[in-house]
Amino acid sequence: MPTFVYMTRCDGCGHCVDICPSDIMHIDPTYRRAYNIEPNMCWECYSCVKACPQNAIDVRGYADFAPLGHSVRVIRDEDRGTIAWKIKYRNGTEKDFLSPITTKPWGKHIPKLAEVPGPTKEMRDSQLLYNEPKWLRMDDGGLRTLKDAGLTLKKGVYY
Amino acid sequence: MAHKTIVEDNIDILVVGSGLGGSGAAWEARFWGQNKKIVIAEKANIDRSGAVAQGLYAINCYMGTRWGENNPEDHVRYARIDLMGLVREDLLFDMARHVDSTVHQFEEWGLPIMKDPKTGRYLREGRWQIMIHGESYKPIVAEAAKKSADKVFNRICVTHLLMDESKENRVAGAVGFNVRTGHYHVFKSKTVICGAGGASNIFKPRSVGEGSGRTWYAPWSSASAYGLMIEAGAKMTQMENRIVLARFKDGYGPVGAYFLHLKTYTQNGLGEEYESKWFPELQKMVGKEYLDPEASHLTHRPIPTCLRNHALISEVNAGRGPIHMVTMQAFQDPHLEEVGWENFLGMTIGQAVLWASTDVDPKNENPELTTSEPYVMGSHATCSGAWCSGPEDVSPPEYFWGYNRMTTIEGLFGAGDAVGGTPHAFSSGSFTEGRLAAKAACQYIDDGKGENIVVSEAQIDRRKKEIFKPLEHYKTYRNAIVAGDVNPHYINPRQGLDRLQKLMDEYCGGVTVGYMTNEKLLNIALKKLKVMEEDLESLAAKDIHELLRAWELKHRHRAAECVTQHTLFRKETRWPGYYYRGDAMKVDDANWHVLTVSRRDPATGEYTMEKAPCYHLVDDK
Repeated sequence: MPTFVYMTRCDGCGHCVDICPSDIMHIDPTYRRAYNIEPNMCWECYSCVKACPQNAIDVRGYADFAPLGHSVRVIRDEDRGTIAWKIKYRNGTEKDFLSPITTKPWGKHIPKLAEVPGPTKEMRDSQLLYNEPKWLRMDDGGLRTLKDAGLTLKKGVYY
Repeated sequence: MAHKTIVEDNIDILVVGSGLGGSGAAWEARFWGQNKKIVIAEKANIDRSGAVAQGLYAINCYMGTRWGENNPEDHVRYARIDLMGLVREDLLFDMARHVDSTVHQFEEWGLPIMKDPKTGRYLREGRWQIMIHGESYKPIVAEAAKKSADKVFNRICVTHLLMDESKENRVAGAVGFNVRTGHYHVFKSKTVICGAGGASNIFKPRSVGEGSGRTWYAPWSSASAYGLMIEAGAKMTQMENRIVLARFKDGYGPVGAYFLHLKTYTQNGLGEEYESKWFPELQKMVGKEYLDPEASHLTHRPIPTCLRNHALISEVNAGRGPIHMVTMQAFQDPHLEEVGWENFLGMTIGQAVLWASTDVDPKNENPELTTSEPYVMGSHATCSGAWCSGPEDVSPPEYFWGYNRMTTIEGLFGAGDAVGGTPHAFSSGSFTEGRLAAKAACQYIDDGKGENIVVSEAQIDRRKKEIFKPLEHYKTYRNAIVAGDVNPHYINPRQGLDRLQKLMDEYCGGVTVGYMTNEKLLNIALKKLKVMEEDLESLAAKDIHELLRAWELKHRHRAAECVTQHTLFRKETRWPGYYYRGDAMKVDDANWHVLTVSRRDPATGEYTMEKAPCYHLVDDK
């Protein structure tokens, strides 16, 4: 069904409603808890599963091709910068995986471009973007042009 | 229900849709316009929106020029042959010469990029692809966009662009509604950078129920890039160039890392290699210029993806399915097994769910592959989108009208799926295109091109009525019936989507007809799309969520119409394996080595089709 919500775990906080890219996690007006209102528009992207503070959201594979009896659970830990997965097969096989999600504290290494020295007229008139030509060439020379590449424009054909 | 009108005025740069393209635009715009007002309008929450919401396990566009790995012109050659010769080489070259700076910035921001322990360079998956731990790719990029933008409006479904009433064909902002509050939002802006998405779900999917959510491209990619721009009268290009993906069956898990890094390969149901035996016949259809297995073998020139699809489709049709991905060898290596799984967990978790539920362990069993339903987009291995200006120092006169990535509407720029002619941009290239568009948009404003814009209250009111009409329509006719969804006065968005998918599938070359169409079928499609357009005036939405689906459907419908017009115009089969024109089954370079360009007249709804010259900037080396 893609995502579903366990009745006893959900406290109706709405984190899933806030994050769902497909706008399909809604709060049920009677139970005051979240549920998936449109399973056939669910991508199984796990954004809501990762965002749920109660671990109340899980996924049951799409009914038209996925048999019952499996689970793929996840814990995304922003402080440690890791994501941990546990896969359980229908036949009981288990697999665990752990990956990094960031190498740096959140947002600390992204500069505020309103505060860096602004572009000169020369930069504006060039084809360069912010922070270039850094990273573009071995010799830190300028931007690649057709001339550098020894290329000339061949006339297009209308036919 | 009263829908409060909220006006955001005096915007310099409005970013519509903040996936990778839009986020790149918002980020870079702040550098070139430090005092400018930059505003983002996003349908979802920018922390998890767009095609990268789920994460990615690879960056598919990185040159590695600083390591001497590739130059931008090498990438042009690759993308050009993969798209059977037809791309905008100026836009591609321009994206490729900037993309490395984007990728290195991502690493500086904290994106974990894998390194080759021997060389210290980024770990290559293939010639253009590098491997990342990209679960948080989108949150990291969104953080950058948020640092640059003055305001971020999440949960705004943008439905229309606003047009200037003092100067013809100049953009003036956009309008939409908040999918939570139902408020009407008006954004008045000197420039708009369209970063909205391409089209999933315009062709009937293979899956029949819940699984129709497991589209290859995100279900929230609702063709809004095209719906917005076509509706405003922007010229579009290569809209016929839909893409069909060979992927793991049902879950549509990606195959790139499997082929390139794990060195897995395909075979038919009898355990035989099948691809090459289709090539001699196929070569007669497309010509040696596009399919030359010997030359490809010697020079590592890739065989176009569509032609490999053609072999897969033909083999299945010959009764020798299923096609398997041979994973059993590679997965004996525990490291490669881990890579194989993390590849899915990083970007297509649904495939891991499917294998767990069906007890498929690729170590013990070779999983099935299939070809997907068609998709229309402009950032993966295909290039539908708006006809945009290129950069001044590269583009020939027909491709240049003043500002890089500006569409044929003044002040309207594009990035990612919105820009036509630039395939193989992927996530990093889309972000880079956003950066290029942002610099050009700032220049446009500094040149005084966005002055004295007039938007009348009449235009704003007209759009408001139009936007909320499906809610009104529902209220008016709901009580004509006892209960349920069958009503002679209206259809709901799901019913409309089903109709669109069925007709596009059957008449415009979808999966159930083996991707086959012809002139007669396409003309029927256009007729049915026209009737459907009338019925879309009777679309009913019972709540704000359905109103969102209603407008997504309208954007999908408009995109589908444009796709059909283009498919009708190009009288050849340029990309066998993506679709076939049964009445013109060969590549016809004598007449169709051109880019197709369309314009829909917003006043009459009539399409004008033209051929635009295909310039080759890069030789064949």
